[in-house]
Amino acid sequence: MSIVKTKINRQIIIYALLVLFTSFFILPMYILVLTSFKPFQDVTVSTLWNWPTSLSTDGFSRAFKKLAPNLLNSFYLVIPATLISATLGSLNGYVLAQWKFKGSKILFALILFGMFIPYQSILFPLVQFLQAIDLYGSIPGLILVHVVYGIPITTLIFRNYYYEVPTVLTEAAKVDGANILAVYRHIFFPISLPAFVVVVIWQFTNIWNEFLFAVTVTSQPANQPITVALSNLAGSQVIEWNIQMSGAIITALPTLLVYIFLGRYFIKGLLAGSVKG
Amino acid sequence: MKQKTREGLISLALLSPSLIAIAIFVYGFIARTVQISFLDWNSFLNLLQNQKNYVGWSNYSDLYADPRFQTDLWNTLYFTLFFIIGSIAIGILLAMLLNEKPRGGIIFQNIYLFPLAISFVVTGTVWRWIFSPGTLPDNPYGINLLFQKIGLSSLQWGWFTNTNSFLSFNLALIAVIIAAIWQYSGYTMAMWLAGLKGIPEQLIEAARIDGATKWQIFTKIIFPLQFPITLSAIIVLAHVSLKAFALVYNMTGSGPNNVTDIPAIYMFEATFRANRYSTGSSIAVVMLLMVGLLIIPYLVNVIFKKES
Repeated sequence: MSIVKTKINRQIIIYALLVLFTSFFILPMYILVLTSFKPFQDVTVSTLWNWPTSLSTDGFSRAFKKLAPNLLNSFYLVIPATLISATLGSLNGYVLAQWKFKGSKILFALILFGMFIPYQSILFPLVQFLQAIDLYGSIPGLILVHVVYGIPITTLIFRNYYYEVPTVLTEAAKVDGANILAVYRHIFFPISLPAFVVVVIWQFTNIWNEFLFAVTVTSQPANQPITVALSNLAGSQVIEWNIQMSGAIITALPTLLVYIFLGRYFIKGLLAGSVKG
Repeated sequence: MKQKTREGLISLALLSPSLIAIAIFVYGFIARTVQISFLDWNSFLNLLQNQKNYVGWSNYSDLYADPRFQTDLWNTLYFTLFFIIGSIAIGILLAMLLNEKPRGGIIFQNIYLFPLAISFVVTGTVWRWIFSPGTLPDNPYGINLLFQKIGLSSLQWGWFTNTNSFLSFNLALIAVIIAAIWQYSGYTMAMWLAGLKGIPEQLIEAARIDGATKWQIFTKIIFPLQFPITLSAIIVLAHVSLKAFALVYNMTGSGPNNVTDIPAIYMFEATFRANRYSTGSSIAVVMLLMVGLLIIPYLVNVIFKKES
C-alpha cells in the first residue's frame, strides 16, 4: 500500500515541477500572443496582464504591412544560403570522412574553428571586403557571408554522417577506377537525404534568426532581413505595442513552424553542434 | 604511393573552394583585425587616408584603463558563470524529470525546447517588455505589475535598469541571465536526454537491487557517465554567452552606467557608431582570445584524441 502511495506522490511532484517549468517557458509567448491580438485601446501598461476585451487582428495586419518586404528579403536570403552551404558541406564532409589524406584532420580542425570564433573578430574586415567587391548592403552579400560561415557546421554534420558509412564501399569503387565525384554521385549523394534534412533545417533556422551580420551588412531598410526590421520596429518608441508584438510573432513564425513540424531533425542538428571526433 | 598522392590532390581540389573561403574569411580577416588593432584608425579620416601608423599596444592599454571595458569584462564573467550554472542545472533537472517517462512527456519536452528555434531578436523584444520596471512604486510595468496584482509588491525592483552591484556583479544582469537561461536550458536537457538513452537499464537496475537510493544512482552512476556530455554543453554554452550580442542589443542595450554592457556591444558601437575602428578591433581580439582559450584545447582534444 505505502509503496503505491509514495509512487503516486512521486508522480504528483514530477508533474508539479513539469507544469511549473512549463509556465516559465510559456510566459513570454503568452504575453506575446495575448498582446498581439488586443485592439489598440486595450494596449496600455496597466492592462498588460488582462484578457483582451475583444479580439483584433489589427496589430497583425499593420505589422505585416510594415514587415512584408523584409519577410520576403529573409526568404531570398535564407533559401539560397541554406542550399549552397548544405551542398558545400556535403562535398566537404564526404571528402573528409571517406577520402582521408595526410593532413586532412588538421584541415578539418581549421575549418571547424570557424564556427567557434566570435564574429566580431572578422566583422570589420568583412564589411570592407564586401564594400570592395560591391556586395555591401545587399542580400547577395549577406548570402555570401552565411554560405562561408555556414561551411564549418554543415561540413561537421555531413562528415559525421558519412563517417558511419564503411570505407570499403569507397575502396571498392577506387579499385573499379570510379572517380571521386562518381562515387559521391552514385553512392553517397543518394543516401544523404537524412543528413540534408538536418542540415537544411539547422541552417534555415540559424540564418533566419541571425542578427549580427544582418545588422552590420545591410544598412538600407529596404534590404534588411526581418530580424533587423523587427529590431528597428521594436526599438521605436512611437509604435504601438500590439504592432511590435505582432511583428515579433511574424518574425518567429517560420522557424517555429519548422520546429513544430520537423522538430526531431532540429534537435539532431542541435546535438550535432557539439563536436564528435 | 603515387596513387595515394594523386588521390590526396583530388580530395584537396574538391575541398579547395571551402578551404579558400575559410582561409580568407576566417584566418585572413582575423589577421586583418589584429593588424588594425595595432593601428591608429580611430577616426573616419584615418581610415580614409589608409596609412598604417603602428601605435604598438596603445589601443590595448587604453582598453585596459577604460572603465566601460572593465565593466564589460566583469559582466561577461558573471553573465557566463550564472548563465552556465542556471542552464546546466535546469537542463539536468528537466532531463531527469522527463527520464521518469511521465505521460505526456514529449509535449513537455517540446515546450522546453522551442525557445531554441526562436531568434534572440524576438525573445529580447519580449523579455524587455516583461522586465520593464515602469516607474516605481506608482506605475509599475511588466512583471512588477504582476507582482502588484498578486500582492507581492515587495518583490518589485528596477530589473535591468538597476545600477547596484555586488562584488562587481551588476544586479541588472539578472534579467538578462533569466532570459538567456530561458532560451538555452533546453539545450542541456536535449544533450542529457540523448546521453541517458545510452546508459544501460541493467546498470541502474543492478544498483537499485544493491539498495542504492535514487540520489546515489544519480551522483555515483548517471552523473559521472554524463560528465563528457555535460562538459561539451558547458563549452557550447560558454561560447553562446560570449556571442549574446543579439539578446543584449535587443533587450537592454548597454544600460545605465553600462550595467548590462558586454564586449560585443562595445565593439559594435566603437566600430560602427563611433568610427573607432582600432578600438573596436582590439576589443574583438580580446574576445577571440577568450573564446580561443576555451575552444582550441577542446577541438584538439576531440578531433585528435580518437585517432591515437
